[in-house]
Amino acid sequence: MIWIHEITKVFQGKETDVHAVNGVSLSIAKGEIYGIVGYSGAGKSTLVRCINFLEKPERGSIRVEGFGQIEARDGRLYYSGEGQEASVPVTEKHLKQLRQGIGMIFQHFNLMDRSTVFENVAYALKYSGMKKPGIRERVLELLDLVDLRDKVNAYPSELSGGQKQRVAIARALANHPQILLSDEATSALDPEATESILKLLKDLNQRLGLTIVLITHEMAVVKAICDRMAVMEKGRVVEEGSVYDVFSDPQQTITRHFVESASGLGNVHKLIESGSPLIGSSNGVLVKCIYGRESVGDALISEVSRRFGVNMNIVLANVELLQDSPLGGLIMTIAGRPEDVEAAIRYMRECKVKVEVIDNGRVAE
Amino acid sequence: MGEWLNNLMPNVMAYLDKFWESVAATAQMFLLSGIFIFVFGCFFGVLLTVTRKGGIWENPVIYQIVDKVTNVFRSIPFVILLIFLIPFTRWIVGTAIGVKGAIIPLIVGATPFFTRQVEAALAGVDPGKVEAATAMGSGKWGVIFRVYLHEAVPDLIRAVTITSISLIGLTTMAGAVGAGGIGSFAINYGQNLHHQDIVNVCVILLLIVVSIVQSIGNALAKRTTNHSLIDRKN
Repeated sequence: MIWIHEITKVFQGKETDVHAVNGVSLSIAKGEIYGIVGYSGAGKSTLVRCINFLEKPERGSIRVEGFGQIEARDGRLYYSGEGQEASVPVTEKHLKQLRQGIGMIFQHFNLMDRSTVFENVAYALKYSGMKKPGIRERVLELLDLVDLRDKVNAYPSELSGGQKQRVAIARALANHPQILLSDEATSALDPEATESILKLLKDLNQRLGLTIVLITHEMAVVKAICDRMAVMEKGRVVEEGSVYDVFSDPQQTITRHFVESASGLGNVHKLIESGSPLIGSSNGVLVKCIYGRESVGDALISEVSRRFGVNMNIVLANVELLQDSPLGGLIMTIAGRPEDVEAAIRYMRECKVKVEVIDNGRVAE
Repeated sequence: MGEWLNNLMPNVMAYLDKFWESVAATAQMFLLSGIFIFVFGCFFGVLLTVTRKGGIWENPVIYQIVDKVTNVFRSIPFVILLIFLIPFTRWIVGTAIGVKGAIIPLIVGATPFFTRQVEAALAGVDPGKVEAATAMGSGKWGVIFRVYLHEAVPDLIRAVTITSISLIGLTTMAGAVGAGGIGSFAINYGQNLHHQDIVNVCVILLLIVVSIVQSIGNALAKRTTNHSLIDRKN
């Protein structure tokens, strides 16, 4: 659906140029929800704005199904239609056409404060060539879709954050776009509103086949609705894959930080630092176990414990459903004779449990 | 009633015709120049907003020219400007005196002030709204009329109010150099003939007009904040 190829966006700073996005390539499939995570300043916001050219990249190209391709060469943009080789300089018309096919929602909603809900949703329809009765029908249809029909004559200042974002979603979908870009859309909302907006996005994705590109700094959002994800750091994509794979087997340090912050297992570092008796009293090896859909989780512990004569003490545990598959995480201490502990760990690894020794200072391996 | 007014302000009643004439002249100067100031000020204010760095039609050359010219004319005191513009006014409208002669200096004097007010009002529009409109396919004109000018209405009303009040002041000053109106009436018939009641009435009248303009401006600005001026139900 969207092919991002070697996109580079440079902001000219006073002393040095900042590569906000540095040679990023990604492809986003039709009908999927794609999450891009990173800390603020990682370049995710700039990257997503390059998709609809709110930011103009210096180099690289964006191809969108049903539209064609825009290539940037030294800051100049060239358009080539689908399947065409020849390219022409991009005009305002090309950008309008592209943007009509891509809806966008924002962290701070960006509704027109002096317009009613109806007028806000009708805004984009003015460019569609529709007549008044048609516009009215479409607006009401969209408000039904986001469950805000009763607020048709309200002003944004009379709505809650969640309701404002619903209006923004209705507005973004007005021209039947195939793609929705979401820029931290839930970051300004309370947990309850966040959940309902995420549910709505998932629902729209399934009902309309909408492709959603979502950027966020909250792993919980990615975990809740994304199919695939990318992690960005300093303008580059450092890790990419299905949400389940990234969560069950994060490769990069930054990804591990994100995953741990989302699961609560990261708390173990706090326990170690504070010298908590939870891990300090038992003399054993402190390990982290991640087990997924292919390994049996809880039965394993009692089995290993019996078979190898070791004592296993669970410090922290976390099991969640990701894309309908269970993903478990355990932090525990394993105490016993060093060779038994080692054998136990080896056995668990054979059972496809990912075992990571956090602290083995208490026994010689 | 007539008797009572005659006792209260004998000289005003004696020159009542002249008084009404001067009120009409001031109103004429105010409205005629006001229309041009509004149009030019909006135009240049929008121009400054869209051509500035990061604007939707970034153009440093145009921005610098408009910015500098605005600054220069804002820094010239109005009384000096009146004299300075006499040849230019003569060339444009054929005379430099009377209501006709006052219009050009009033426009030149108040437009830079209003331009800055418009620019400030538009600067208050959240850039996120511009971004959202652009993402929906709005071009430059769409952003100017449907976002900037639409969302800034309360601040624009405040700008019009402040400029109107300052324009009333300028019209009386123009009166001092032969443009007619309340200003010259107060000087010629009040000050010069030692008729203090005429000066007093002029002051009271201006106070009342300014208060009315200010109250209407405040009410409209309040009404249009987060709200359309006229309710349209759908």
